[in-house]
Amino acid sequence: MESLPSLLDGLYITLILTFISLIAGLFLGIGLALGRVYGGKIVSAICIGYIEIIRGTPLLVQLFIIYFAFPSIGITLEAIDAALLGLSLNSGAYQAEYLRGSIQSIPSGQMVAARTIGMTKLQSIKNIVLPQALRISIPAWSNELIYLLKYTSIVYIIQVKELTAEGKFIAAETFKFLEIFAIIAIIYLVLTIVFSTIIEKFEKKLRIPGLGEKAKIGLRNAL
Amino acid sequence: MHMLEVKDIHKSYGDLEVLKGISFSMNKGETAVIIGTSGTGKSTLLRCINQLHPPDKGEIWLDGVNITDPKIDINKIRQKIGFVFQEFNLFNHLTALRNVSIGLEKVKGFTKEKAEKKAIEELKRVGLKDQAKQYPAQLSGGQKQRVGIARALAMDPTIILFDEPTSALDPELIGDVLDVMKSLAHKVAMLVVTHEMGFARNVADEIIFMEGGVIVESGPPKQMFQNPKKARTKEFLGRISTLYGKD
Ligand SMILES: Nc1ncnc2c1ncn2[C@@H]1O[C@H](COP(=O)(O)OP(=O)(O)O)[C@@H](O)[C@H]1O
Ligand SMILES: [Mg+2]
Repeated sequence: MESLPSLLDGLYITLILTFISLIAGLFLGIGLALGRVYGGKIVSAICIGYIEIIRGTPLLVQLFIIYFAFPSIGITLEAIDAALLGLSLNSGAYQAEYLRGSIQSIPSGQMVAARTIGMTKLQSIKNIVLPQALRISIPAWSNELIYLLKYTSIVYIIQVKELTAEGKFIAAETFKFLEIFAIIAIIYLVLTIVFSTIIEKFEKKLRIPGLGEKAKIGLRNAL
Repeated sequence: MHMLEVKDIHKSYGDLEVLKGISFSMNKGETAVIIGTSGTGKSTLLRCINQLHPPDKGEIWLDGVNITDPKIDINKIRQKIGFVFQEFNLFNHLTALRNVSIGLEKVKGFTKEKAEKKAIEELKRVGLKDQAKQYPAQLSGGQKQRVGIARALAMDPTIILFDEPTSALDPELIGDVLDVMKSLAHKVAMLVVTHEMGFARNVADEIIFMEGGVIVESGPPKQMFQNPKKARTKEFLGRISTLYGKD
């Protein structure tokens, strides 16, 4: 039980990584999705290119590039910062695709109607499209949170001392592999259940009266 | 000077020339009804008038201003041109009240309180004061369309364009919407695409018959129904009257 403090330190890092990447990824995702849907040819092509490159390459490779290859072009990051950047850039691409699906599921007539009362394109997006698209994306967002929570464990490879890394260290010292990893698994499991329950409540609360549950968007597989 | 002047409007989509030179004018507070078979370019004409799809050629003047001038601030002009859609196009995430007030708040810069106060007035006008807190998905088609009309009215437009406002409604709900439109006659100009011949006959000051991207004939209802000059007009009105009833 003397290992508990360092497990808590690791948990703290895991939560920081998860939430900052989720929020940064959300903003990046909103930008990418809007660029892809409403941008001109060039902006849209840039967004698509980014999304496809990120989704088409392993997260691990992305982290290695940021942590090990960036220094050769003069950008040296602390391990934790490299992890944050890598996870955020990665999550942004996935969140962009969820959001794009949501945006495109909103009947285009609403945008037209907003324009007919004199809203600019930007006002229509901000007041009409985004509030609906973000609501529709909440289940996908919950999925992304759980995905990130578990995939932060990958960053121990670039020496970030998050929960799994701490656990591995303690287990190697104490030889209590079973106990330590069981505790860690339970922590992930409890967090997953707590987060999905909270978000589900949130989603129900924000659900638009009279509209049923929205069609599901294709999600990345949160194994 | 006419309130609305449409001068020789042409519009093509790709190789398809939909509008082939449309000209007409309307006075303040007048109601004009556009009739014609589907695919004739009636919706296209309405979308040209509020510049949702700017015309390729020709001019549109509203209150003495050339609104087809590319230098004009079209978002300002659109406040003066209401639009009511066949499919309602309400904002699904907003209550009936917010559907009406959001334009006042975001476009006209009203405070939220002032916007909602005016929105309540507009909802009263269309008989939906009690539905103010309901969301579109909780309203019937006829109620949705009346919210759509209130939303357009709230901006204090000089003209409202209606694109088949009752075509998506169950027959028993059409009357309420037509009654609201009738109550607006002479208060705001209305340009209405519809198959409701009763409305055309009783409310319109002018009927415009379009076919193949041109205006075949136009005139007051009495003349159009009793004494059409063109054989084509007579034929169309005869057919549509048997389809949709005489009144
Ligand atoms: N956005 C568009 N792009 C291409 N073709 C269109 C578009 N809108 C309308 N059209 C075509 O223009 C013609 C006239 O359409 P429309 O104005 O909707 O007719 P109406 O309202 O009289 O039924 C139709 O052949 C239609 O297919
Ligand atoms: Mg039409």
